Amino acid sequence: MHRETSPPILTVKDLTVAFGPMERPARAVAGLNLTLQPGEILGIAGESGSGKSTLCNAIIRTLPRSARVGGEVRYDGRQLLALSEREMRGLRGSEISMVLQNPMTSLDPLFTIGNQVDEVLRERRRQGQSNDQVTAIGLLRRVHLTAPELRLRQYPHQLSGGMRQRVLTAMATAATPRLLIADEPTTALDASIQDEILLLFREIRDRAGTAIIIVTHDLSAIRRLSDRIIVMYAGRLVEEGPTATVFSAPRHPYTRALLDSLPQVEGDTVTLKAIPGQVPNLAELPHGCAFADRCPVAIARCRTEDPTEMQLGLRHRAFCWLADTAS
Amino acid sequence: MGPFILKRIGQTLITLLLLTILIFTLARLTGDPTPLVMPSEATDADRTFFREQYGLDRPLHEQYLVFLRNILSGDFGVSFRYREPAMNLVLAAIGPTLQLAGLSMLLAIIIGVPLGIAAALRQGSWFAAIVRGYAGLGQAMPSFWVGLMLIMLLSITLPIFPSSGYGGVANFVLPCVTLAFFASASVTLLTWANMTEAMRSDFVQMERVLGIPNRLIVLKHALRNASLPIVTYLGLQFGLLLGGAVVTERVFAWPGVGQLVVEAILNRDFPVVQASVLLTAVLFMTVNLCVDLLYAVLDPRVSA
Repeated sequence: MHRETSPPILTVKDLTVAFGPMERPARAVAGLNLTLQPGEILGIAGESGSGKSTLCNAIIRTLPRSARVGGEVRYDGRQLLALSEREMRGLRGSEISMVLQNPMTSLDPLFTIGNQVDEVLRERRRQGQSNDQVTAIGLLRRVHLTAPELRLRQYPHQLSGGMRQRVLTAMATAATPRLLIADEPTTALDASIQDEILLLFREIRDRAGTAIIIVTHDLSAIRRLSDRIIVMYAGRLVEEGPTATVFSAPRHPYTRALLDSLPQVEGDTVTLKAIPGQVPNLAELPHGCAFADRCPVAIARCRTEDPTEMQLGLRHRAFCWLADTAS
Repeated sequence: MGPFILKRIGQTLITLLLLTILIFTLARLTGDPTPLVMPSEATDADRTFFREQYGLDRPLHEQYLVFLRNILSGDFGVSFRYREPAMNLVLAAIGPTLQLAGLSMLLAIIIGVPLGIAAALRQGSWFAAIVRGYAGLGQAMPSFWVGLMLIMLLSITLPIFPSSGYGGVANFVLPCVTLAFFASASVTLLTWANMTEAMRSDFVQMERVLGIPNRLIVLKHALRNASLPIVTYLGLQFGLLLGGAVVTERVFAWPGVGQLVVEAILNRDFPVVQASVLLTAVLFMTVNLCVDLLYAVLDPRVSA
């Protein structure tokens, strides 16, 4: 999906999200830039604590009040960070929607599926984003939920994790949003179900032209689903490029380490290679590159100077002093 | 839901049976009532006659079986002191107690639930600080002291409300406020804590990103989820007020069960002690049975 000519649906410019005391802030997202074309699927990869979820919540503006947000988030030309909470609520669910990490706890346990789907539908109708032709059953059919009539009468605890994620996806896409953010949508699910949910996302994109941001630490999910990938580390973007390019020729040592940490199957033996060390404390980041302490190829410069953007080819960039030398 | 109800009712009946044994034994542990009931000039023959008349000379297990048979046929014995059926005395006292407990609980809910919700939504604000102060005071100040202060302030210094007794609407104000102050403090804190937790839950976050109006998120989803522990607490609190507002009833000379029981225990008036404890226990268990049933209505996972 290369639609370079159309204006981007989402532009994030120099986005910073800081928590904690002013004098020693923890920057969960630090100076992040990205663009997203309509209908594009963007994968965001990184370890826990790399700022992926914070980025998602900053875009849809559901960060806790203690978060200090700077920079720009432009959706369809509008600066989202400048909208009032009321205006933002008008966009949420209808134009910008989100599927959360844990389907087991993302539905209210005390109300039936039908009650909750209807609630979303009523809201979309009230906003003129949906009409009477769209029914709860229709929505559940669209996400290939089996026996939708029965599901509507059931409570969340009577459904499996995969079914619940389908219900949540149906709710999130009830009004054909133009941007769907999926925060670890498959992490809590069985491996066999993960593929089906990923296929569902692709189907939604193909049918409605919805741009999708899928956040996951599961690189294989990104490889199968996304057109483009962003790798984040300690709140910063470290590498970005078309999925195929990044997977075949990663240029940032962190990206390489992430790819190496995928289970390698050779014959009967499966080897797992972990990345040594831990994600650094965001409030006490060392000078220079945040990954330097864990990096196998770090040089002196990495510890003194922040790496700058290195253009590596068509839409492929990395923030590493060695990006153009290492291979 | 059918099996769930039957199971709960069965449990309640077994608890009641155990309770009769407990009350019966405890009442007898306080000693022989004869010297307290009979005048000091009574002869030994009189005393023996009294013991025989009330079956106090028989072995304990026999006394218990008679007691059990009698209560099953609705006979709770005759008060040693007032020579009146014990249950009549208790029934006369339960009315004022129920009214006081019910009104206080209602007041506690009306004050505590909205305060708790509002504080949970304005975490860290001056409003929340004031609510925290109110709840802290309400929990920390003993009821008898609050009662006495209220009497001093509102019936002696400013003679607005009667300081004691039962009868008119005005009589209700001070004891009700005294009990509701404490209960509303707990209800406030409980609502606050549970609303805070509910507002942090994943489904609230999901409803937010789906653009569901705040009013629905707070009052429909978060409140219903937060209400489960509150309902349980209210049931227990109501039970406590039924049997245990002794101090408040004494301070305000309220003719309730609390007063009656204390007096009966001091006089070793076994039938009255037994009848009142049994009745409050049945009421208490009924309330909690209702709470559990309500729980099953509120939470579909309970009866599943």
